[in-house]
Amino acid sequence: MQLTRRLIVRLLIFGGLLCVLGLYLTRPQQLPADALADHTPDATHGAVVYAAMGCASCHMAPKSEDQTVLSGGRSFVTDFGTFYAPNISSDVDHGIGGWSDLDIANAIVEGTSPGGQHYFPVFPYGSYLRAELSDVADLIAHLRQLPADSTPNRGHDVSFPFNIRTSLGGWKLLFLRDDWIITDTLTPQQERGRELVEALGHCGECHTPRNMFGGMKWDAWLAGAPIPGSKGRTPDIRPEKLQWSAGDIVAYLKTGLTPEYDSAGGEMVEVIANTSQLPDSDLEAIAAYLLMPALN
Amino acid sequence: MRKTLMTGLALCALSVGQLAIADNHISDKQIETAVKARKAHMQLYAFHLGTLGAMAKDEAPYDAEAAQSAADAIAALAGLPQSGYWLPGSDNGSFENTRALPAIWAEGSDVGKKAQEFSAAVMAMQTAAGSGVDGLKAAMGPLGGACSSCHKEYRQSDD
Ligand code: HEC
Ligand code: HEC
Ligand code: HEC
Repeated sequence: MQLTRRLIVRLLIFGGLLCVLGLYLTRPQQLPADALADHTPDATHGAVVYAAMGCASCHMAPKSEDQTVLSGGRSFVTDFGTFYAPNISSDVDHGIGGWSDLDIANAIVEGTSPGGQHYFPVFPYGSYLRAELSDVADLIAHLRQLPADSTPNRGHDVSFPFNIRTSLGGWKLLFLRDDWIITDTLTPQQERGRELVEALGHCGECHTPRNMFGGMKWDAWLAGAPIPGSKGRTPDIRPEKLQWSAGDIVAYLKTGLTPEYDSAGGEMVEVIANTSQLPDSDLEAIAAYLLMPALN
Repeated sequence: MRKTLMTGLALCALSVGQLAIADNHISDKQIETAVKARKAHMQLYAFHLGTLGAMAKDEAPYDAEAAQSAADAIAALAGLPQSGYWLPGSDNGSFENTRALPAIWAEGSDVGKKAQEFSAAVMAMQTAAGSGVDGLKAAMGPLGGACSSCHKEYRQSDD
């Protein structure tokens, strides 16, 4: 009797410790306080970063085409529920006008809110975490120049247990990776392409299939994936399947026209609204990356 | 000529909407033929756009006459009556061999508006195509964009 009681107490303590350890390991990560300190932000370059990262595609008002007004409200249907993009305009009450640069950077590259909570991975921080912090700082300077909008945020429509933000710590631990996916020796052009595809342009978020928990299948990188909430799929864009020339890829990312002169559809149209603003050298870099045999 | 075309196009756009209201019995066989026809229509756009695109991409030398006739062909296609093959019920929710989304025929559909914006871009191309390669290049983006603007909302992505 005495013995079992002691055992139970010990088990409880042990379980509790495990929980604490688990919570510690999966706690929301934050950048060091001085992470942005030794860089002078360049808002002009930030505008290019903004196009490359495609923030407007998700944070514009639904059906809007004005990439400067980030009032939020767009819905994202996933296997786990429906999410709504928040207002990230410079409005102090409804947007992120009152946040520090570090707060915004923590959201983008750590998926952590100013209040120390995890964001859901529909916000593609799992790709953005590979971005250079100097680019992120430039982006933030650009965001601050965009107008304020007072549209209130809409709560997500996600049911238990997926609505528990604490559990996202475990998800992040299991399914994010902060290294590059292609780790071969690259030319400077391929390296720039990798930065644009794997980090900023978050191409893998749509073009890479996911496991049942929504984690990306790294061994099927860019192999095409079902589109949640629809019957369609994103295409396999690895060189063996795509069979496009570098010029074809550049033209598509600029005009939406394929080598057969079909025109892009679906969510890729929003991506092209962003890539069409990038300099040719960046589009050529994306092409150089997408043509690497290492992707097959 | 231009005015007639515009009216024709506007009527076309309207008739798609009209058909959505009429609820006749349409056989699977009819739908199959309709889907084939509208895909062929789209392929013809792509074919003539290819002539313009090759010049815009400097893959083919600029030829004012060829450019004009390609632009005219797209305009002629856009002016054809199409309601016969955009039959209500012929969406990808009900049939396998099509990527046309039910949203085309749903309440609040703005497919007619997309068609009108498309015809405006086609007319701009008609004016530009024969008058120099720079004008052609400049009209290419808005025209491709008008195709995509409809494909974005109303065509299922698939590989
Ligand atoms: C694929 C769509 C998508 C893209 C692209 C995207 N976001 Fe978001 N973002 C979201 C969603 C959805 C949320 C809500 C996440 C949550 O509540 O956990 C969010 C949340 C945020 C937040 C937190 C806002 C708050 O009120 O807590 C910030 C800040 C943010 N995004 C900034 C950006 C920036 C900057 C970019 C571009 C670098 C960007 N987002 C790109 C979808 C996106
Ligand atoms: C008003 C809407 C609309 C416009 C404008 C439009 N399309 Fe389409 N397009 C569609 C739809 C819907 C489909 C899917 C048809 C189907 O699968 O039944 C389609 C399919 C296609 C296809 C695939 C056909 C096939 O064989 O499966 C091509 C190619 C295409 N469009 C090219 C174009 C080009 C090029 C333009 C512009 C010059 C254009 N479209 C303008 C709605 C549009
Ligand atoms: C929001 C989701 C999304 C993102 C992000 C995305 N794509 Fe796509 N992509 C798609 C969809 C959907 C299609 C199919 C387009 C269609 O229906 O015509 C596509 C098509 C393509 C194609 C054409 C392939 C073919 O066979 O026709 C290429 C190339 C491509 N994407 C490259 C990229 C690159 C490069 C990036 C990153 C800069 C990217 N995509 C980011 C969704 C996405």
